[in-house]
Amino acid sequence: MTASEGTTRGRWIGLALLAPALVVVVVFFVAPLAMSAIVAFRRKDGTLTLEHFTKAFDLYTTDLLFTLVIVLLSTLLIGLVAIAIAGYLTLGENPRTVSILRWLYRWPLFIPFVVAGQVMRTFLAKNGMLNHVLIGSGLIEPLSAQSLLDWRGIVIAFVWKQAPFVTLLLAGAMASLESQHIEAARNLGARRLRVLIDIVLPQVRGTLLVGLVLSFVTMLSVLSVPLMINPNSPTMVTVDVAYRINTFADYAVANALCLLSLVLAAGGAWFYLQHAVGKVEKA
Amino acid sequence: MSARSLRAGLPSPLRTLLRAVVLALFAFAIFGPLLNLLLWAFAERWYFPNKLPLEFGLPFWYRVFQPRGNALASLGTSIWIALLTVVLSLAVAIPAGYALARLKLPWRGAILLLFLLPQAVPNLPVYVNIAQVFYQIGLNGTIFGVVLVHASHGLVLAVWIASAAFASVDASLEEASRNLGASPWTCFRTVTLPLAAPGLIASAIFVFLESLDEFTGTYFVGVPDVTTLPLLMFNASMGGNYQIASITALLLLIPSIGFMLVVERFLKADVLAMVGR
Repeated sequence: MTASEGTTRGRWIGLALLAPALVVVVVFFVAPLAMSAIVAFRRKDGTLTLEHFTKAFDLYTTDLLFTLVIVLLSTLLIGLVAIAIAGYLTLGENPRTVSILRWLYRWPLFIPFVVAGQVMRTFLAKNGMLNHVLIGSGLIEPLSAQSLLDWRGIVIAFVWKQAPFVTLLLAGAMASLESQHIEAARNLGARRLRVLIDIVLPQVRGTLLVGLVLSFVTMLSVLSVPLMINPNSPTMVTVDVAYRINTFADYAVANALCLLSLVLAAGGAWFYLQHAVGKVEKA
Repeated sequence: MSARSLRAGLPSPLRTLLRAVVLALFAFAIFGPLLNLLLWAFAERWYFPNKLPLEFGLPFWYRVFQPRGNALASLGTSIWIALLTVVLSLAVAIPAGYALARLKLPWRGAILLLFLLPQAVPNLPVYVNIAQVFYQIGLNGTIFGVVLVHASHGLVLAVWIASAAFASVDASLEEASRNLGASPWTCFRTVTLPLAAPGLIASAIFVFLESLDEFTGTYFVGVPDVTTLPLLMFNASMGGNYQIASITALLLLIPSIGFMLVVERFLKADVLAMVGR
């Protein structure tokens, strides 16, 4: 609170410091987005209409649901993987396993989505390394090898790429917890899973939520992964948007589809504001 | 402590085996896909149903790196765009992050939501509409146009991490320096900024990688003159040339993995704990 002597003046200074960032976001993001909203609601002659949304629902209801299911499932799996890894890093008793795990989990951390798409495109294919290893180890018959390049491929690529990010956030938050509570519970004989669920997780809930919501909205807007892994219907809405524009130059329906995924993303943002920002402002 | 050391002192072989198996499976999940990429990058001939490439070789590497090939030019373009994006993003994110962390602000929740927006919206329509506007004012196909698009996206993480970095600086240190007579600017320059520097460097790294990662915006705004490495990789992959795509992907992996190996030196746990607060 050093610079906030005189509340009104402090507010103006704060807004002045924020202004350049706000200008960039408003001019290069909010304005084009507003353009998009206008295009989605207008006929060619300029009158207002909902027909683009009707068409979007007629053609792409399956894909909208498909997108929601894929992204929710990925978010859930990312959360579970991140909790498991970060939990073991915090509570694990074997120092060597902890250090190997810490070294292992973050390799995909900064790998671009485009590259993750390319990597999985070859790895999960019928002739990919995954099937060769499964066949080689006798787990499946050569004839039952199948390509995972459908919804499963998208989910695998998302979790592979995004779980390390949430794990990094979560492990950081767990490492900064007071260790006395954990030690006390452990000394009283609590099992590690209990300690993780009852003592550690409630304290890092906010960080977990931030990581998951950021992942949710990021995955919702990824074009390259579904385009490279599963471009055929049913697929994700981003692919449909690119298709409407590239094939038909149909900006109206494309923008309508984007507004619909904005509604999904707004759900995520609302969830976050309810659970994280509100809590801190009350405190 | 006693119960813990007792259990650690008696490792059952079964438990050790289970741990090794789980770690091995996890290692395969992480490195299997990367190894597959590596094989493709050095494969000269590889088709179904062979488990491994029939011939290994470097001819595709010569094709990628030949002087008239565009991979090196794309690499240069990508790095130059990413550096400019970092400079622009941090120049506006540092004051914004400080304000969000330290000052009483009206509509703070709404402002945080606004900065979430570029991550929260499918970017495609935004890029398409920006491309139309940029075309009219002559920014399409220019490095500067692409940098503006990347910066508006990279700002999100920059502002959030910068804000977390400033929030993790002990406010009593700033008060002490102010009480000793330092002006707000001197206090910020000599106390707050150096203490927040590791977090700010981390946010620079994130913005740099976001820019390298960026694909859709460059496709629409960069056309036809700006080809970044991800665009080159995508075109090769969709054209069915897995060797060229894999080699280009490897080039993109080098900075990603390099930063991954050093990130925790900059992004300390105390900063991570403040993200989004």
